Amino acid sequence: MEHNATIHATHDHYDPIASKLGMWLFIFTEILLFGALFIVYSVYRYRHPVEFHLANQELNVTIGFINTVILLISSATVAMSITAMQKGDKKMTIIFLVITLLLAFVFLVNKYFEWGAKIHHGIYPGSEFLLSLSHGDILFFGLYFFMTGLHAVHIIVGMALLIWVLVRVKQDRINKDKYAFLENGGLYWHLVDLIWIFLFPLFYLIH
Amino acid sequence: MNGNTSTHRLPSFLEYQGKYKGLAGWLLSTDHKRIALLYLYSQLFFFLAGVVMGILMKLELIAPGQQIMSPSTYNALFTVHGLTMIFLFIIPGLAASFGNFFLPILIGAKDVAFPKLNLLSWYLFIAGAVIILFAMFTGDGPPDTGWTFYAPYSLRTNTNVVLSVLGAFVLGFSSILTGLNFIVTIHRMRAPGMDFFKMPLFIWSMYGTAWIQLLATPVVGITLVMVIFDRVMGIGFFDPAKGGDPILYQHLFWIYSHPAVYIMILPAMGAITEIITTFSNRVVFGYKAIAMSSLAIAFVGYLVWGHHMFTSGMSETARWVFSLLTFLVAIPSAIKVFNWSATLYKGSIDLQPPFWWAMAFVFVFMIGGLTGLVLGSVATDVHVHDTMFVVAHFHYIVFGGAGLAFFAALHYWYPKMWGKMYNKKVANIGLLILFIGFNTLYFPMFILGIMGMPRRYYDYLPEFATPNLISTIGSWILALGLIIVIVNLLRPKKVPQEEVDNPWNGRTLEWKMQSPPSLENFEEIPVVEHGPYDLIKD
Repeated sequence: MEHNATIHATHDHYDPIASKLGMWLFIFTEILLFGALFIVYSVYRYRHPVEFHLANQELNVTIGFINTVILLISSATVAMSITAMQKGDKKMTIIFLVITLLLAFVFLVNKYFEWGAKIHHGIYPGSEFLLSLSHGDILFFGLYFFMTGLHAVHIIVGMALLIWVLVRVKQDRINKDKYAFLENGGLYWHLVDLIWIFLFPLFYLIH
Repeated sequence: MNGNTSTHRLPSFLEYQGKYKGLAGWLLSTDHKRIALLYLYSQLFFFLAGVVMGILMKLELIAPGQQIMSPSTYNALFTVHGLTMIFLFIIPGLAASFGNFFLPILIGAKDVAFPKLNLLSWYLFIAGAVIILFAMFTGDGPPDTGWTFYAPYSLRTNTNVVLSVLGAFVLGFSSILTGLNFIVTIHRMRAPGMDFFKMPLFIWSMYGTAWIQLLATPVVGITLVMVIFDRVMGIGFFDPAKGGDPILYQHLFWIYSHPAVYIMILPAMGAITEIITTFSNRVVFGYKAIAMSSLAIAFVGYLVWGHHMFTSGMSETARWVFSLLTFLVAIPSAIKVFNWSATLYKGSIDLQPPFWWAMAFVFVFMIGGLTGLVLGSVATDVHVHDTMFVVAHFHYIVFGGAGLAFFAALHYWYPKMWGKMYNKKVANIGLLILFIGFNTLYFPMFILGIMGMPRRYYDYLPEFATPNLISTIGSWILALGLIIVIVNLLRPKKVPQEEVDNPWNGRTLEWKMQSPPSLENFEEIPVVEHGPYDLIKD
């Protein structure tokens, strides 16, 4: 909406603090979104400790661990792209953003195989096999698919956001003097990483 | 703060022609004032739709037995009435309409922090409304769960729950983005000299509201998504047959939906504070106490959701803790009412229509608040829970509180928003009739509740007949009053410009500019040197 620029020309000021404050507030809402799910997880884990323990043995810790490392590295690369932009190095900014996107993609591929294996064994929400198991199993795998699925949605949204950032960097609309949007993209990506940092132990590690 | 009203006039935001003309000039405008009016018109439309549904329900309840509709129609009607009134009218409420219009102006800004996001919020609001509309007319008919979508019934019923819940989810997104926008605006866009304690109190109430919108809505958002997945994928989060816990659903639902009551009422209280201060011609009494009470209500309001579930199955400890916390909310609420009274004391009161609306608000809000104590105390709540008493209390607070405040704000800011003036005498007559109708409609419900008439039934025992008949007659009186009020607002008088620029001798920033405001609000950002209500001779 270009007319916006003309209408508000007189106060079309650039306020990076406002943009970042807005992103932080949005991140609060995301944390609460997952927070509600963590409550549900805790309640059902408390009710079905044994089933949750046994079901958690079914998950593939190796893939989970690899994905954790991937996301941690991608968080680092997105931070490096911001540093590169601060130094005015457009080329490195783009390279680091592309690496981040590639890592995100690899994460999703791993997730695909991990889910695929579960579904292949007949474990997916509402499957006959899963419903024949105990309540604790139904809830554990229900939560597993729902929470990791929701996280995967956030990965995809984060990737879309970073692609948008990438385009703007290429167009020089994000530049050395005006890079709050890049920082916001990075903040969001860190959030996506952070949530996984909680999901991984909750589903894969805790015995 | 020099007024530019008398020197020269700019085209108002209503007349201004940007890149897009006509309807597109509205639908694509990122001007906060145009977005506010988009909200206002859509909200009033949904409000009137909700009123029609309410009147139909009252008609069904005019006498025992089936009158005009089947039991399942009645179930659908109270569900859709609730969805419409709550999600489409009163949760966006004063914040989305008057907040959007006056928040930037009152803090001396030209717009909100994120104008495009603001427009997106409205589109999400309309998208949510359209989805709910679809739910009503497609599939297996409108939802019949009540607006709370309690599991497990919401997982079992064949009606269109998924679409309705999806609509509510989208509306939640809209609400979050509005709250986010307002918080950033208040933090970053205040005019020079306007520190937090020089902001008008309406802004303080908006600030509290925005935080609730931001922090409570995601919880219900994800809960509603879980209901969708329970229904579509059969996961079983809340389905006892699969180990899920319906009580957990209630907790998650009320963690949002109780604070949501404060999303409705806080901006209402803020607007009432502005009105009472203006028409008392006094500096508001206890500025800081009122400001802090807004935040206190927002904060304590988070911790009281369990009082909706006293009879659902909770430990004794949880019940008395929630009961105690509920009583604590009465303190900041009472602080506001006492400060309003103290502001009136020895004021030079100007008896104009907005002031009468504010008084009507205080009166019914007191009844609503005091009967809330009956529901907040475990022992008495067990007796009246799920009866008409709850319905009466809720409508006294939400319709009598937030709803009347909405109209109070409409009458107060009307000349500023449209640069015209309604007929004050007719406005007063309309209010009087509406006020009588309101109390005739809802007060008998308290009695019915004490007598034991349950809510949400299309039929009742013969001994409940008389109060129900009175209540139904009340609904007609209320409708008559509402028609008078709205027709009066739709037929404004053209009056000389000086009579709409500042008809009430208001002292906050909006009254120092032309009516309607120009596109940019301020040609020059004002420098604020005084408190918002200081009596300064220009």
